[in-house]
Amino acid sequence: MADTQKKEQTTTHKIGIYLWIWALLFVLSFFSYMVDWYNFQGLLRWSLILFFMFLKAGLIMAFFMHLFWERYALVNVLLWPMTAIACFVGLMVAEGKYTVFSRLFYFFVGGA
Amino acid sequence: MSDLNLDKLPGGFKGMSEDIGSDQTTFKGVNWGKAMMWIFLLSDTFVFSCFLIAYMKVRASVTEPWPYPSEVFGLEVFGVPVPLLLIAIMTFVLITSSGTMALAVKYGYEKNRKMCGLFVLLTAIGGLTFVGMQAFEWSKLIFHDGVRPWENPFGAEQFGAFFFMITGFHGTHVSIGVIFLFIFARKVYRGDFDTGRRGYFTTMKSDYVAIEILGLYWHFVDLVWVFIFAFFYLW
Repeated sequence: MADTQKKEQTTTHKIGIYLWIWALLFVLSFFSYMVDWYNFQGLLRWSLILFFMFLKAGLIMAFFMHLFWERYALVNVLLWPMTAIACFVGLMVAEGKYTVFSRLFYFFVGGA
Repeated sequence: MSDLNLDKLPGGFKGMSEDIGSDQTTFKGVNWGKAMMWIFLLSDTFVFSCFLIAYMKVRASVTEPWPYPSEVFGLEVFGVPVPLLLIAIMTFVLITSSGTMALAVKYGYEKNRKMCGLFVLLTAIGGLTFVGMQAFEWSKLIFHDGVRPWENPFGAEQFGAFFFMITGFHGTHVSIGVIFLFIFARKVYRGDFDTGRRGYFTTMKSDYVAIEILGLYWHFVDLVWVFIFAFFYLW
């Protein structure tokens, strides 16, 4: 037991930081709900949704999941594969635009 | 390994290259179970990403209008329609349970048996509440509104398939998490992590690091909900 205790290097953090992050998550969730409540539309709507989403996700990962205190070897192994997902999203946005274009074209204009 | 002192190792990217090139454990100071949970969560991230990207792609390419979530998921309170009311409550319940889990992990670090067990139990109850509300949401959509994976009265037919697939897969994660939270609340209360009692299935000695690993899983479930909430309900 003594060996594992040392190996894990369990650093404990003050309770304040968890409560702060917790409160922040509540406030951010409330704000993102307000985006729907006030019925913002268009660019404002989705930029606000994305902003609050990434802020919440970042706070959860950094402090609740302790990534902020982890060594870079673990952090980078986890975060770099996410760029592959971002590329995938970009590809599928382009693909979706092409699909809807060809659907509209052939549904309403018709093929040869 | 017992003389490992993380404070003496270089940090940042220099530390990373030295960790990887050390011909030893790459994730220094990280329990193997924790590293494996992270790897699992990374693979789970890819699964959820594939669902959400497929949803994005289909929603972007249907020619019919997509059902307006604000109305589909709205509830009437005393005759007044409130948009996304149940979803907002579910979000707050899940964040609350995430917060109690963070505190459980903190008390686990401090080997505070009673507080740790209490907060794991509170987290489990929060998760159970979430699953209950999701069951209510599903039954309302299925029996009251007649939403099916192949059709729905609101708009594009694909809506039902993606809704049941994505929220169902997330709900499954929550349900599994709740089961484990109840099991581990019992283990903490019984003092398994203080006595190092061997696990029934794993036959390995119990340690409070298990609570941190369970916490990682639970926070991940909350993390996925953040994305589902943004992309499925708010968008």
